[in-house]
Amino acid sequence: MKFALFLGCNIPARLTLYESSARAVLGKLGVGLVDIKEFNCCGYPVRNLDFRTFLLSSARNLALAAKENLNVITLCKCCFGSLKKVDHLLKKDDSLRKEINSILHREGLKYDGEIEVKHLLSVLYHEVGIEAIKEKIERTFEGLKIATHYGCHVLRPSQIVQFDDPVAPSIFDQLVEVTGAQSIYWERKLECCGAPVWGINDNLSMDLTEKKLMDAKKSGAHYLCTACPYCQMQFDTVQKMILSTRGTNHHLSSLLYPQLLGLCMGMDGESLGLTMHQLPVGIIEDYFIIPKIAQT
Amino acid sequence: MFFSISFYIALAIFGLGLIYKASTWFRYNIGVEAKEIPASVRVFKAFKGILLTFFSVKVFTLIRVFFLEVILQTRVLRQDFLRWIMHLCIYVGFMLLLLMHALEKYISSELFADYYPTINPFMFLRDLFGALVILGIAIAVYRRFILKVPRLATNAMDHYAIIILAIVMLSGLLLEGTKIVSYSGYQAMVEDYADEDDEKRLKALEAYWVKKFGVVSPEVKGPFDEETLKMGEEIHEVSCMGCHSRPQWAFLGYGAAKIITPIALGLDRANIPAVLWYIHFLACWIGLAYLPFRKMFHIFASPLSLLANAVMDKEKSDPSNIATRQAMELDACTHCCTCTLNCSAGVFFEYFPNLNILPSEKIISIKALAAGKELSEHELRHILEGIYLCTNCKRCTVVCPVGINLQDLWFNVRESLLESGYPEFFALSPLSFYRGLMRNDVVKEDYQEPLNRAREAIAAVCDLMMKKDRALPLSPTDREFKTGLNLSTQANTYSVCFGCETCTTVCPVVANYENPQEVLGLLPHQIMHSCGLGLRDLALGSNMLWDCLTCYQCQEQCPQNVSVTEVLYELKNEAVKQVKGKPREQIGRKS
Repeated sequence: MKFALFLGCNIPARLTLYESSARAVLGKLGVGLVDIKEFNCCGYPVRNLDFRTFLLSSARNLALAAKENLNVITLCKCCFGSLKKVDHLLKKDDSLRKEINSILHREGLKYDGEIEVKHLLSVLYHEVGIEAIKEKIERTFEGLKIATHYGCHVLRPSQIVQFDDPVAPSIFDQLVEVTGAQSIYWERKLECCGAPVWGINDNLSMDLTEKKLMDAKKSGAHYLCTACPYCQMQFDTVQKMILSTRGTNHHLSSLLYPQLLGLCMGMDGESLGLTMHQLPVGIIEDYFIIPKIAQT
Repeated sequence: MFFSISFYIALAIFGLGLIYKASTWFRYNIGVEAKEIPASVRVFKAFKGILLTFFSVKVFTLIRVFFLEVILQTRVLRQDFLRWIMHLCIYVGFMLLLLMHALEKYISSELFADYYPTINPFMFLRDLFGALVILGIAIAVYRRFILKVPRLATNAMDHYAIIILAIVMLSGLLLEGTKIVSYSGYQAMVEDYADEDDEKRLKALEAYWVKKFGVVSPEVKGPFDEETLKMGEEIHEVSCMGCHSRPQWAFLGYGAAKIITPIALGLDRANIPAVLWYIHFLACWIGLAYLPFRKMFHIFASPLSLLANAVMDKEKSDPSNIATRQAMELDACTHCCTCTLNCSAGVFFEYFPNLNILPSEKIISIKALAAGKELSEHELRHILEGIYLCTNCKRCTVVCPVGINLQDLWFNVRESLLESGYPEFFALSPLSFYRGLMRNDVVKEDYQEPLNRAREAIAAVCDLMMKKDRALPLSPTDREFKTGLNLSTQANTYSVCFGCETCTTVCPVVANYENPQEVLGLLPHQIMHSCGLGLRDLALGSNMLWDCLTCYQCQEQCPQNVSVTEVLYELKNEAVKQVKGKPREQIGRKS
């Protein structure tokens, strides 16, 4: 099993712990990752501005992966959504594909629609499989309550992204429960984290984030769990700003899924980047079941 | 005389240029904060900073960076082996030529008692070093002009650098070649060093030099008999060998000599070696005088940039030293385009023909800005747009072979341009995410302003939206606008909307406000309806567009399969297109 790893722009610059923890976990599960240095922005940030630039950006990445004959794995849900959307559009629309290919041709690239795009969670669930993950787990949590945050662009538009049931998704929850943690029900689980308008309308963004945090906390979550750099930074860096500017106190730390899984695979917190968060994570190891031998 | 005068003129230009350029490091302001620090403070702080660094543990970092990154250039190696070879050839070869050959009077003669440019190993080494430089130039030419890398921009500055270097090297090479074959040169040497009067013996020596040293003589031509050569060799051993190795060792010059042998006599009579000598040293002087200006100045600024960035840190370093470093970094840029070739946003250039998207070209514009050049509104907005079309992925900074902190540079310039009051519509996109994360680094009062300005500018071209009484005209619908909305092939689905308001009901943004219409303008279902009616102003002028999260709840739940989110995306594209080229008076704030 081998994929071209699409990191996008945020992870290498601002969330390296996501990359390192995902690499560690995938490595242990036997998923091979190939780095394509030439990958560029997925186009998501310019979609508001120019549709064709958005198309070309994603198409170029797909063409680069096609050149290596590798399917793509993304860690970011916005990158995932963009690549999927563009793939869908170009498959359907001959004239658009022609136009984009005429530009790609100058670099010796071609979009041919043969490459599949997958998100980290779908690779773990569908390709690796729950059972195979269980085999690698060395210790499990007990009594740890996790609020899974799915992220919009992985769920919707469901016809295009085809990640999971858009109304009652369960992939992420099942993956969390592999670790022994309980994936709790919370009302705002499928809502937006607020990141798409961060920097554009900060008050709105903070309102939405705050509501989600309050809801998750009220529902009894010890941690939020994400699998997207935008969501994670929103719940970490931006939450820190909310705490300092709005003076509210519903601090709820967020973990990235590979951190949670990595801990259960026996990796230590520091190597998984738990000390690199903006908000303190606390001692999550307290939730591990103490092995019987150690108790006696 | 001419040699010395021209040299001192070049040296004077070099010296003054150096002082001038170094002074700009303390005078140029990049970013909002830098403007408030006077140059004198910056000079003082820089000296203090340097001294403190030298007497701290950081000195070890400096030593390490100096050896690895300045001398061995590991940062270039990490990028591209071919380029590393190219640069190492040019700079090692040139430095050695400079020290051994150009400064022979001061260095080689002092170090080596038996130094003589015409004996080995010096004669061989000179050509070896020259060959390195020529190889390097050849790779540079190949990379820039033959290997057509997309988005690798080559400008006049790159041409000059290559041309001057090439002239110095080629004139030197040809000079050596013509001197080897030169008969007058040979005669002068005989006059000075051969203690012989006998005609026959002199002829024998000449025969020996024609045969073995490549001299082209008008009278003495081969084939020669053994005896003459033997006699010539004897005289050679006594009078010449002590300070003249065989020219074959100067393999480049000898190669050139062999090529020009058929025309050697003519060249010698026309005194071409002297002409070449003038070209050679004048090209060197031009290079010397040009050094402080443009690309070549990186020889000084790039090592400083590498060293400064190794020990400086945005959080801890003095703001005035950061301002100085950022001004210096502009000179450190070698326009090698590594940043551009790695840029995540470089691909945007294909549809936004704005060179300022490419980091290597942005730097050039920023140089003009920093130097206080008068730029038109169009140019300034162009620069701002280019700087905004950046995903802040930091790749440029990570890969820069001279260690320039480009991401911080973009950030500072972006903020100071935003402050200048031009509306930047690209701020209304997730490209602003990073700016939001960095909002504590922006002057608090200046943070929100550009966002408001962009929204106002868009609203300014949508008259209908601004009408208080909301009485809509019964004029025909804007067909052009309606037919334009089908870029993503699903956006024209708005026409099947039957107004059930599900989109608005499920929208988390609408739900966030008590009185959403007041804040957002039209709500999603109203926007769909406006599109159906062809009411361009209403559809484009609504705040809702820019507050949309693109969470797709509306689209997912629409019973009529209207692609609500796609329509909103397209309206945003359309709105930006409508206002982008408009002059400030039409879209600016009416005071």
